[in-house]
Amino acid sequence: MSDPDLPVGVERRSFDGETRLATRGPPVYGEPTDGEWRAWGPERSKLGGMLELGFDAGLSGGETVLYLGAAAGTTVSHVADFAGPTYAVEFAPRPTRDLLDVAESRDRLFPLLKDARKPETYAHVVERDLDAIVQDVATRGQAAVATRNARFLADDGRLLLAVKARSEDVTADPDDVFADVLAELRGTYEVLETERLDRFHEDHLGVVATPK
Amino acid sequence: MTNEPDAANAGWFSDLDPEDLDAAEAEILRGSAEEPEDWPRIAVESGYADSEEEYYDRLHEATIHATRQEVRERERADDQQLIHAVRAMDDCERVANELAERAAEWAGSRFDDAELGIAGAREIAAREPDGDLERRVVSLSARAVDLADERDELSATVDRVAPAVAPNLADMAGPELAARLIALAGGLEPLAKKPSGTVQVLGAEDALFAHLSGRAPSPKHGIIYTHEFVRGTRPEDRGSAARALAGKLALAARADHYSGEYREVLHEDLRERMATIRARAASEEVNANE
Repeated sequence: MSDPDLPVGVERRSFDGETRLATRGPPVYGEPTDGEWRAWGPERSKLGGMLELGFDAGLSGGETVLYLGAAAGTTVSHVADFAGPTYAVEFAPRPTRDLLDVAESRDRLFPLLKDARKPETYAHVVERDLDAIVQDVATRGQAAVATRNARFLADDGRLLLAVKARSEDVTADPDDVFADVLAELRGTYEVLETERLDRFHEDHLGVVATPK
Repeated sequence: MTNEPDAANAGWFSDLDPEDLDAAEAEILRGSAEEPEDWPRIAVESGYADSEEEYYDRLHEATIHATRQEVRERERADDQQLIHAVRAMDDCERVANELAERAAEWAGSRFDDAELGIAGAREIAAREPDGDLERRVVSLSARAVDLADERDELSATVDRVAPAVAPNLADMAGPELAARLIALAGGLEPLAKKPSGTVQVLGAEDALFAHLSGRAPSPKHGIIYTHEFVRGTRPEDRGSAARALAGKLALAARADHYSGEYREVLHEDLRERMATIRARAASEEVNANE
């Protein structure tokens, strides 16, 4: 059942006759469940979409993770299911209220109401040499956010980034936006893999990168 | 890299009693560090926790407690608080600039290299004064700098509070413009009740009344001019852009006041409309080149 490309703790399982990604943990948002397993929908989660599309995320399970743009905790709940200590940063109070419920039931998920553009406001809490940063922030300057947060990542750590073209410039061609973001990222990171997530998320680019 | 962080780069748990959740809350919410460290190891070495597992247990308890308090506090913020904050921010900026100007003028008569503006005041404030008059110049500059810093703090507060008060409006307009629109209307409810044509010219009252008394053309935009969608659109299309933006801002204010839920579709609609308006310039350029 387990898939060599997927982290330990993430499996493809059958829900109502459909094979879907799944992790083990308390249900969060009314997703289909099968015993302890709960489905991880690629259309609801950019990281789920990246794994579904076969990105080599460099995750094997048990990682220490910083999640930027945790929102209400849909994706971060799955990350905390298979990863180790997981720091979840979200800027808006309303979704953070839901994120707190997700964190209550996961004892290695640490919710932080912080601005991902200002890492110095949480560097006294989030540890260094992390295995992975997952970034899904809907703000202008997504490359700058990734660059500023590189300080948390181990030398061989991975940045798993979903770039939303419309957050940068709604009027520009997404391809141009992606090219600009990647060019800025390359100042700090070596980009390992990119692919459009359009099958699940319109005008999004999935990126895997590692610090230079 | 040294093993021990210096005092300016301490973890949230340093000098903390593990039982004192309120102190932990304050540290997590207000503390900062330039660089992250291996906090779990340092916490064990400094005796805050007996093991990394215990450290993570305490971190879990502390982050949940702190974040819950902060969410509660931020969600309690209302439109009137936001209005106070944005008005205070403007007052601080105006007074800081006035004082800095006065200080620079005075400093120019005492020091050779006095620069203008807040940056100049910052330099003067750092000087060692010689004699009573210089002490007054340096002190005055320090007050101007303090006010400028207060203005920045207020701006950060507006950035935090506006999305809690009006999530749609703050996302569409940016926190500062959202706060200004609410302040000009006198509150979120009055703003929600205004027609979009009024929202379009909020902040351009002088021009509007000049127009109504027949002395001037109608204003195309008020404070929403500061929005990128208006300012970044070529002049002949700015009226359309302002009208489209004002229409969606009015809807956003209504969504925020009457439901409080974030409505993605509003934002998508506006982006599409803006893309259409801006495509006019592009297509005319193509025509002109043909």
